[in-house]
Amino acid sequence: MSCCGSGAELALLAAPDPRAADAEVLLSSRLIGGGLRQTDLSVPTIHCGGCIRTIEQAIGALEGVIWARVNLSTKRVTIKWRADGAPPPFIATLERVGYEAHLFEVDAEAKDAALSELIRALALSGFAASNIMLLSVSVWSGAEPATRDLFHGLSALIALPALAYSGRIFFRSAWRSLRHGRTNMDVPISLGVLLAFGMSLYETATHGPHAYFDAAISLLFFLLIGRTLDHMMRERARLAVKGLARLAARGALVLQDDGTQLYLPVGEIAPGMSIMLAAGERVPVDARVIKGLSELDVSLVTGESVPQPALPGAMLRAGTLNLTGPLTIVATAAAGDSFLAEMLRMMEAAEQGRSVYRRIADRAAALYAPVVHLTAALTLLGWLIATGDVHRAITIAIAVLIVTCPCALGLAVPMVQVVAARRLFEKGIMVKDGGALERLAEIDTVVFDKTGTLTLGNPRVVDADRIAPATLALAGAIAAHSRHPYSRALAATAPASPPRMSLDAVSEHPGCGMEARIGSVTYRLGRPEWALTECDGALVGDASVVLSQDGQRLADFRFEDRLRAGATQAVTELKRGGFDIDIVSGDRERPVHQLALELDVPYFAGVLPGGKAAHVAALACAGRKVLMVGDGLNDTPALMAAHASMAPASAADVGRNAADLVFLRENLSAVPQAIAVAREASRLVRQNLALAIAYNIIAVPVAIMGHVTPLVAAVAMSGSSIVVVANALRLRGRGGLGTRRAERAANRPASTMLEAAE
Amino acid sequence: MMDYFYLIPIAIGIGLTALVAFMWSLKSGQYEDLDGAAERILHEDDAPLPPGRG
Repeated sequence: MSCCGSGAELALLAAPDPRAADAEVLLSSRLIGGGLRQTDLSVPTIHCGGCIRTIEQAIGALEGVIWARVNLSTKRVTIKWRADGAPPPFIATLERVGYEAHLFEVDAEAKDAALSELIRALALSGFAASNIMLLSVSVWSGAEPATRDLFHGLSALIALPALAYSGRIFFRSAWRSLRHGRTNMDVPISLGVLLAFGMSLYETATHGPHAYFDAAISLLFFLLIGRTLDHMMRERARLAVKGLARLAARGALVLQDDGTQLYLPVGEIAPGMSIMLAAGERVPVDARVIKGLSELDVSLVTGESVPQPALPGAMLRAGTLNLTGPLTIVATAAAGDSFLAEMLRMMEAAEQGRSVYRRIADRAAALYAPVVHLTAALTLLGWLIATGDVHRAITIAIAVLIVTCPCALGLAVPMVQVVAARRLFEKGIMVKDGGALERLAEIDTVVFDKTGTLTLGNPRVVDADRIAPATLALAGAIAAHSRHPYSRALAATAPASPPRMSLDAVSEHPGCGMEARIGSVTYRLGRPEWALTECDGALVGDASVVLSQDGQRLADFRFEDRLRAGATQAVTELKRGGFDIDIVSGDRERPVHQLALELDVPYFAGVLPGGKAAHVAALACAGRKVLMVGDGLNDTPALMAAHASMAPASAADVGRNAADLVFLRENLSAVPQAIAVAREASRLVRQNLALAIAYNIIAVPVAIMGHVTPLVAAVAMSGSSIVVVANALRLRGRGGLGTRRAERAANRPASTMLEAAE
Repeated sequence: MMDYFYLIPIAIGIGLTALVAFMWSLKSGQYEDLDGAAERILHEDDAPLPPGRG
């Protein structure tokens, strides 16, 4: 029914517990008045008009829904529903029509007030600049004094509101920076614009020939373009990253003394409370198991790739995923003292330890502003001494300020970074801000995490073609009923459309495997010692899972963690590019050793989260600029400590937020690609800065000599801005670190399941 | 020369109208979903005509 929905079969496995899901929807929705609640969902697979219709019809038909609207650009659905009833089953409905949806939290009002302010400021300054320019052209082409005065007056009238409204973005930032005893790019901009406006006002009042309204306002206009683009780039990356699935628990079903169950947000769970944890849910706080048998996926927390058994008495860390059976657990720590919170504290410590990075534009401004202001002051002094004409001296000094006003400089850096971010976006890489690109360009060492970063963190069946298709199909059919990673791997490997087998009774035995009946025959899929009546070590070998028929072996399966696509090429390319690479993993020695051998890089296994951050900090102390690539909770302190950091889209929420760049595609070639683009961007930024300086070297002497009329100022400024923008557009983002061939191989279309927001 | 000065308020007036129109369209959310708007015109049924007309 929909052209592009897929994954409806997965709905079988998703949505752990409808009660918990409802409560989670309620928790993340917000009251909007009129007895209505609003819920925002992120649906990354929306991509055409048909999707809009399918989704709006499906959601709109639900009981209690007042209004549903799809936003195709941001791939989100906004739903308004009556607050008096239970939340309608949005996520289940979307899954039924074939879309995977995640709850999306909107930061209430703060949404993009900044962006709309920028756009409004841009519109006003654009209007003012174009109209003033129109009037100026007639002044330049030699209007009579009376006409000129009239036009100057009109220009002043138009310029004043534009200066007050559009200019305050710069004035505010400049004032904030000055108050803290620093200068940034906005200080010379504000000073130049304000002085130019003040002087022009005086000229107009005294019927003088030279007014710089056009220069002042078009300067604001050009700079606002750069600033708006910069803001949009960051906002888009932030939204795309936020729309990904939330991996931490928002709350849990707490078992109360009177036997009833209540859904509580994570923050309200106190030590000693009993929590019902269904299969498929994440452990909300550190806890101990009191009842039930299951297996846990700990890969995001510790980096271990093999599922860990959970028995009564076992201690669980917050953030691990319960795989196979329901568990009753007792909280041993509040959310604020759990593993997650500990990671957050380590992150803060790591961030404080890192040396503060100053962006290129700010460093340039720190040099630039004193030079410009000193030149203007000296010009003033020089003309005063030479001619004694106060008015003339001031006019020329201000002309120097206008000509040197860092229009090109203010555009030089953001333009390049916006273009670079755009190129990276096309490759599925999100950049949080321009500073991240500058830092990424300086990298000389790359530290990889193993599980989930170099590998996909989910296992794959080895030698599947060795097994008879019918047997594999049977195993796949049984495995489809479980969410254990091995079962999922089997279900994915099995031939897609076997003659539909009817399994009579399928049951899961946590910690052991799956049992199914067809007629009177019992099939078991699981641990050898459980599935086989007599377990012969020599026969089974090192198989991790066997399929048995009434206790007799039918087939055995081996699993290995799959390397991320392009991992080998990426590492080879980085090595060829002269980077030092190592692997730091929380996983055990054996799998890390194997992987490191395959990639031929040094490794550290069994490293604790603090150890990872310490390793990165030690490298930094040795003068290295480290890029940390990691996905787990245990990597987040190291991500913070590193000079630059990258995380895959599958990373833990905290990690995604901590990382400077997030790559959405499966392919690890994103790492060398991002570095290549960052380096190209950094080269262009330098060129642009050089161009801006060259322009000043020519323009400043002319201004000091007193030859700069408003016409010369307007032409020089627009000209230099256009040159800088054109140079930024040269960034293609195609040049690889290595050879062309390696790059083409890495660019082969990766399976892109998480293409959130194009 | 002075005869043509009536053109100036007209020019500025047109500019102002465009500015106000842009601000209004921005405020009424017409730039929130540019891709969606392009698709919706193909898929959405026409709204039923208000009663008493046509």
